[in-house]
Amino acid sequence: MTISLVATEPKPKGIKVETIENAQMVRGTTLLKRGFAHMQKHGVVMDVTNVEQAVIAEDAGAVAVMVLDKLPYDVRKAGGVARTASVKVIQEMMDAITIPIMAKCRIGHTDEAKILEAVGVDMIDESEVLTPADEERHIWKWDFTTPFVNGAKNLGEALRRIEEGCAMIRTKGEPGTGNVSEAVTHIRMVNNEIRRIRSIYQDSDRQELMKAARELKVSYQIAEETARLGRLPVVNFAAGGITTPADAALLMNLGCDGVFVGSGIFKSDDPAQRARAVVLATTFYDDAKIVMEAQKMVDEKKSLLGMDTNNLELRMQERGEHA
Amino acid sequence: MTIGVLGLQGDIEENVAATSQALQELHVNGTVDIVRYTEELEKIDGLILPGGESTVQSTLAAIQRSLPAIKKRISEGMPVLGSCAGMIMLSKRAYDRIIGDTKQKLLGNLDIVVERNAFGRQNDSFEADLSLAMLGKEAFRGVFIRAPAVSEVGKDVEVIGKLNNRIVVVKQKNIIGTAFHAELSGDSRMHKHLINMVLQFKNKNGS
Repeated sequence: MTISLVATEPKPKGIKVETIENAQMVRGTTLLKRGFAHMQKHGVVMDVTNVEQAVIAEDAGAVAVMVLDKLPYDVRKAGGVARTASVKVIQEMMDAITIPIMAKCRIGHTDEAKILEAVGVDMIDESEVLTPADEERHIWKWDFTTPFVNGAKNLGEALRRIEEGCAMIRTKGEPGTGNVSEAVTHIRMVNNEIRRIRSIYQDSDRQELMKAARELKVSYQIAEETARLGRLPVVNFAAGGITTPADAALLMNLGCDGVFVGSGIFKSDDPAQRARAVVLATTFYDDAKIVMEAQKMVDEKKSLLGMDTNNLELRMQERGEHA
Repeated sequence: MTIGVLGLQGDIEENVAATSQALQELHVNGTVDIVRYTEELEKIDGLILPGGESTVQSTLAAIQRSLPAIKKRISEGMPVLGSCAGMIMLSKRAYDRIIGDTKQKLLGNLDIVVERNAFGRQNDSFEADLSLAMLGKEAFRGVFIRAPAVSEVGKDVEVIGKLNNRIVVVKQKNIIGTAFHAELSGDSRMHKHLINMVLQFKNKNGS
């Protein structure tokens, strides 16, 4: 197998079996959910709030769009409770673009997720950008046929989300700030923690690996598989504060499989150009000449101004961290 | 031999892994390279167009101006396997089930018309056993992710596999197109078939 199926539930409710004519068709398997995430690799998922933005994103080469009611930057400014996007807006997009459509629901809000599954979105993001509905628990994602993506800022969070059934991980970063530093911190943290358990695994020290798994609050099985692979067992994207082609290249060079761009594109003054430039830099992240060409396509005077992440009133990354 | 995997977007590494496994099982000496630049196309004996989003792959190939070079190598007889998005890239015409014709640029080497997202969205993605005589008696596990289907075939195109009367695998001389992801099933027979085509191609060219 080219995809790890570690931590799969024995009998997930999200699996649907149907026999049509001569074929038995099985839906919602771990392979199909994680496989969908693998198809997004080396791509850019762009946050959008309406059909016009979705069309611009598709034309620029976005691999998928993420539908929100407000961009993270505006969520921060508006305050109040941030909830899942309007069903109508999502449905309009489904009739307008051919690429996958993802949408966010609140952490632990199983019924917002059920609505998104019924609408037919391709992936659900259980996201800290929205106001958490459950401080104790995340959604039990094995009950869904639709795959999920979750945020994480360290290895323990990432593996716990995978054990709950998510098919893809992204760094949390600090959304809506136009500042990539938190995303960098999170991917470095995950990489360093994996490096540590990998060296324990290579020394065949089962007892120490078990201790590490307990510290991470995850099962031995998933810790061992992650250590063996030397990477997360699912696709891992960067997210939170990516604004320029150079930001995308930086995170790809740190080992991310692709990037999410939130406010960075549609809160800039050159969204169409910038969207294409970020796509180009994500594919050719290791080629400084092409990243430079991509960077030339954007005007720094038109970038989202951004903010210092040290003095934020709201730290979205801390949402759901104890679950 | 050197097999290239087009490395713009999608499940590139998974195809590299599946091809390496197939080479090993066949005891064939060869390397698998990720190909992103036009000049790299000259160094390969076979090509895989991976799964992913066909609109993204064709947008990037157009920016890189590599479409004519890929098209030329394939029309010269170099074996190629396109899965899902890769098959869409190879086709003459593609339209979306809901949206209709799209603006995306295609290679057009494979004389088929493809319906994109033919089985529906991700919730309709499925696994199913396929009977593919080309690969032997044992069923092939098809992994269909937002998969396309072939709606029309030209006269030189051989239908290799069907699922409930929808065409899902086709072959036209040196070109194979599959609606599903052979690289995800753990079954290396499709990639082995490509390697055998490459061996024949190299023998014929006396290299």
